[in-house]
Amino acid sequence: MSTAAVTTSDRPLVGRSGAGRRGDGIFRWTLTTLAALVLALIALFFAFLLGKSQPALAHQGVLSFVFTNDWHPAREIFGAWPLVAGTLITSAIALVIGVPVAVAAALYVTELCPRRVRQPLVVLIELLAAVPSVVYGLWGVFVLIPMLKPAEQWFSDTFAFLPFVGGHVAGPNSFIAGLILAIMILPIVSAISREVLATVPADLKEAALALGATRWEMLRTAVLPYARSGITGAAMLGLGRAIGETIAVTLVIGNSPTLGKAIFEQGYTLAAVIANEFGEASNDPRHAGALFAAGLVLFVLTLAVNAAARALVQRSERMAA
Amino acid sequence: MTALTLASPRRRATDRLMRSLLAAGTLVALLPLGAIVGYLLSKGLGAWSWDFFTTDPTGNFLGDPGGIRSAIVGTVEMVALAAALSVPLGWGVALYLVEYGRQGRFAATVRYFVDVMTGVPSIVFGLFVYVTLVVSGLGGASFAGWKGSVALALLMLPVVTRSAEVVLRLVPDALREAALALGTPRWRVALKVVLPTALPGLVTGSLLAVARAAGETAPLLFTATIVNATSFSLADRTNSLPVQIYTDIGSPNDLLVQRAWGAALALVALILLTTLVARLFSRRSHLS
Repeated sequence: MSTAAVTTSDRPLVGRSGAGRRGDGIFRWTLTTLAALVLALIALFFAFLLGKSQPALAHQGVLSFVFTNDWHPAREIFGAWPLVAGTLITSAIALVIGVPVAVAAALYVTELCPRRVRQPLVVLIELLAAVPSVVYGLWGVFVLIPMLKPAEQWFSDTFAFLPFVGGHVAGPNSFIAGLILAIMILPIVSAISREVLATVPADLKEAALALGATRWEMLRTAVLPYARSGITGAAMLGLGRAIGETIAVTLVIGNSPTLGKAIFEQGYTLAAVIANEFGEASNDPRHAGALFAAGLVLFVLTLAVNAAARALVQRSERMAA
Repeated sequence: MTALTLASPRRRATDRLMRSLLAAGTLVALLPLGAIVGYLLSKGLGAWSWDFFTTDPTGNFLGDPGGIRSAIVGTVEMVALAAALSVPLGWGVALYLVEYGRQGRFAATVRYFVDVMTGVPSIVFGLFVYVTLVVSGLGGASFAGWKGSVALALLMLPVVTRSAEVVLRLVPDALREAALALGTPRWRVALKVVLPTALPGLVTGSLLAVARAAGETAPLLFTATIVNATSFSLADRTNSLPVQIYTDIGSPNDLLVQRAWGAALALVALILLTTLVARLFSRRSHLS
């Protein structure tokens, strides 16, 4: 301690004891190590997936793995295009059905509904997120599939002229998987849309109303344009969820690795193939490698979608701040 | 007077139409919840009985399939261990981010990758644990409950960290400054002032992560797998509610399907209970 330190007893009043400072160093070092551990974990994660998928990727080639339309593990042909396409198709169906409903609910809850029912509505919609994937699957298999089959067959026959519609309707199919995914992404898309809508400044809304806009015109001209990038981000986060969702999809999609012509045919997704074929594949390094490669593609796909989604949501939040 | 801002009939009609469409959208969003809860109650309650909760799955295809005791115990055990692994790590990382990493490239990188981890599909965590822990046969058995816990912990980690960071950030700086001005070292400020102040919120966030992990099937499929015998040791294969439901759905046997409905109702009840407790803790929070 410098001589200028004011002392009452032997202990300096200003400045800390040596033990305290050492404690600070140790504490900071420990926390930094924990943070570094998380980064190391993710690096390890990527390295292991890459390493384990080598047998299949070397055998098949990366581009050929992703874009060949022929998944035939028994003959050691691993063209994962039907799985990649199935993942994209079911996710697209989920977005087309789920996002408008989620955004409508978010708009209604934040802007239109009576104050008293707002909180209960929010809680009820959030409750959907508490239902586990496997329960959605159970409900899909024993309730939704038998219930919707006649309606799907009717739709398929009547609108056969539309693309991707027509033909015989299989019980488990891509459309059912997309529908269940739509329900599953509803709470998160709705919750984030609600957060984004809450950041729309009141002056914008009041200005629109003061100019004589009706409530809907106010939403259309003031609220929605302001919240557009945030809502897009919310939809992308939902997309990330839909791409990675495994168990519910595995149960209702039929698990057939062929690319059908219609959405009412059986399909397969990257996540479903891992859950479904892993048991039989664990003794065959090449087949297991192909499933690890499927996991890797899934990982990269969700990473890209989530990064884009975060950027969009953050941009809209920064705009608000 | 009123004519000044009165909208034309057509505009008013559009307004009414769109508003009812938005209300209808909200109803549509609530429809699946009603349907799922309704079926769960009507089919699940029928499967519930004393024996259902006090016996283990027998594995017999014909005759009595047994109950779900080991599945409940296994789920609780595995999720508890997963929480014991992920909560200290997650809180530690969040504490680092808030106390030392408000700016700086390293902290930004950590924050970004924690965010990214939130989006990783749960089955990929299962794969990761499979190749690192199961294949190597670490700790004797290849498949084991504690390996399932590790997969669940990986899944929980980003959720715990993100929610903890949000809550810790809410602790007013004036509190930290007051403690520091009294000559308290940083580490004591963090552990004795910041953490206790944020505790209710931290518990809420972690319990929500627990609720999410309890319902996960995919990470357990090839880490903890499933077992029909009575076993409560995490060192061996361990049963869990989600995996048992998943296997029961696939079997062409009405008794097993009925057990799946009963187990699903039990699982949802468990998750809702955890969520409810989490919300009660957040009520006790003085921050917000």
